[in-house]
Amino acid sequence: MKILVCLKQVPAKDAPLKLNQAATWIREDVSFETNEPDAFALEAALRLKEAHGGEVVALTLGPARAAQVLREALAKGADRAIHLDAGEAAAGAPPLDAFAIAEAVSRAIAGESYDLILTGLQSDDAGYGQTGVILAELLGAPHATIIMQVEPAGERRIKVKRELESGNFQFVEMPTPAVLTIQSGINKLRYATLMGIKQAKNKPLARMTLEEIGASAGLNRQLVHRLFVPSKSKGTTLISGSAKEQAAALVAHLRNDAHVI
Amino acid sequence: MRPILVIAERKLTAPGRLNPASLEAIAAAQELGRHLQAPVQAVLLEAEAAGGLAAELAQYQLEAVLHARHAALAAYSPDVWTAALVQIVTAAQPSLVLLPHTYQVRDFAPQLATRMGAGLISDVIGLSAAQGEPRFLRPMFQGKFAAEVGFAARQEGAPGFATLQIGAFRADAAARGASPAPIRDLAVTPPASRLQAGEVFQEAKQAVDLTQAPVIVSVGRGIKEPKNLDLMRELAAALGAELAASRPICDAGWLPMDRQIGSSGQTVAPKLYLAVGISGAIQHLVGMKGSRTIVAINKDPEAPIFEVADYGIVGDLFAVVPALIEALRAAS
Ligand SMILES: Cc1cc2nc3c(=O)[nH]c(=O)nc-3n(C[C@H](O)[C@H](O)[C@H](O)COP(=O)(O)OP(=O)(O)OC[C@H]3O[C@@H](n4cnc5c(N)ncnc54)[C@H](O)[C@@H]3O)c2cc1C
Ligand SMILES: Nc1ncnc2c1ncn2[C@@H]1O[C@H](COP(=O)(O)O)[C@@H](O)[C@H]1O
Repeated sequence: MKILVCLKQVPAKDAPLKLNQAATWIREDVSFETNEPDAFALEAALRLKEAHGGEVVALTLGPARAAQVLREALAKGADRAIHLDAGEAAAGAPPLDAFAIAEAVSRAIAGESYDLILTGLQSDDAGYGQTGVILAELLGAPHATIIMQVEPAGERRIKVKRELESGNFQFVEMPTPAVLTIQSGINKLRYATLMGIKQAKNKPLARMTLEEIGASAGLNRQLVHRLFVPSKSKGTTLISGSAKEQAAALVAHLRNDAHVI
Repeated sequence: MRPILVIAERKLTAPGRLNPASLEAIAAAQELGRHLQAPVQAVLLEAEAAGGLAAELAQYQLEAVLHARHAALAAYSPDVWTAALVQIVTAAQPSLVLLPHTYQVRDFAPQLATRMGAGLISDVIGLSAAQGEPRFLRPMFQGKFAAEVGFAARQEGAPGFATLQIGAFRADAAARGASPAPIRDLAVTPPASRLQAGEVFQEAKQAVDLTQAPVIVSVGRGIKEPKNLDLMRELAAALGAELAASRPICDAGWLPMDRQIGSSGQTVAPKLYLAVGISGAIQHLVGMKGSRTIVAINKDPEAPIFEVADYGIVGDLFAVVPALIEALRAAS
């Protein structure tokens, strides 16, 4: 199977985020990492390749720093990588929305035929939860979302397990090529080995700019007018002091005010 | 005036009933309809022989209920839903299509919007209007920020699509009409689905029922390593509490799945819920925000969990929790 995995670089989980001057995006002087479900999507792709053969190609769209997620994917076992370079100007500018990103990806892979395209179910920064499904529609391929299991089901078919609400699941079969959006926790992530990191240096990493493929934020179908810190609606009693003082005050509140202990 | 269309959804495990999130979407559409002076219509997709639900929807203050029935609409498939809804939306000419942000909607709405040449604004928590154009509030960066979002310049006649976060609008705010809304039967001709779906099922029975626990200590990724669960068990014991967790803890196998709280786990409302090292992602909050008293311990003062907490301790849990265990023991 020839598998494409879309990986997005997002601010690290515990990065202290600050708004940019125009309050339309964040200041980018933080550390970044691979979007969590995307790491699980890569792992799913690598396991399919190990079990059934084929090729795993990692793709990201982002500024120069985003190539780091590709180097990590190559070190973990991806065969090659594609960087859709949004340029440094993209940092801080209104970023591409889910439609524009999916459009760009569809252009970048035109002419290549993948059996399977895996994305994460949602990005930790923009959180559209749309890119994979839009990509499927643009490619004319069937799709399934929030996937917890993938296995081949005969010639050019796959069987997947979809997560549904409140602890329900469903198996779905479809022909390939298909697009799947992967849920965190589908598997156990591997670490890159020293050997893998060494080998990654010799693996192909292709770079294309958005201009080259004719993509831009001009295709965006939604606009962020402003970002802000949500106002706290609930009157939270914040307890300060040393850990000992905080603990004592909390116990007093729970006992005397909330009457719950 | 072009209408606002609400796509109603049937209950996953009881298709003869409405998913209550549909009523939240009706309430939101009515609210926005007042701002934009637009009528609201609801769409219902059902199997051929089905009935009753359309009449239930017609009780609400709507311009019309658009009722599509077809054998292929008995069970959900994204291919079938998208094709049927393209026909319906094209005929109804709405300015805006609102859907509840359910698992089903997440699966087909981006496909539907894209096929109609339109944009989809997802996970909306608030609505307003500016110069006759709708504006939407949605979380970004895992709820650390809210964004005010609008549609980019649209083609003449193209609708906008938006999905509404579950619980962001009140189902009981959906206004009922003085008389039932007219039900219009619509013919749709969906194609065969490329997907073959099996039955909906649950994994093995849950061993623990956390819904009955009066006190819950819930732990998140802030606890760093599975060995620190011992400390959390001590805290739970000192409070006479059940131990629960956020999803990553159960995904990693540190605690069994049946101790997971949230949209894909259990929904609880104990008298005391103590969230330790949990950021407060919406999928976690929906499972616990009904708790009577909520305490959050987190080192990040901006963590969204503090928005639902009654008592908040900003600090390192590895310092606070041992002190708390000691204080609880001393107090008992
Ligand atoms: C479709 C879907 C369904 C989902 N279902 C669920 C669900 O049912 N339940 C669920 O929980 N999640 C669910 N999620 C995942 C959810 O979006 C979040 O990713 C998850 O809840 C985050 O878990 P967390 O708060 O433990 O981890 P994180 O978000 O990583 O937060 C860890 C927190 O610990 C704090 N911390 C770190 N170190 C310390 C310290 N020393 N002292 C104090 N605080 C510290 C940090 O400040 C941070 O706020 C779902 C997601 C999707 C997309
Ligand atoms: N800039 C990007 N580069 C590569 N993949 C992306 C990018 N943006 C989104 N994706 C993929 O699409 C998924 C869903 O993202 P989103 O629609 O933003 O929630 C992510 O988990 C990624 O797999």
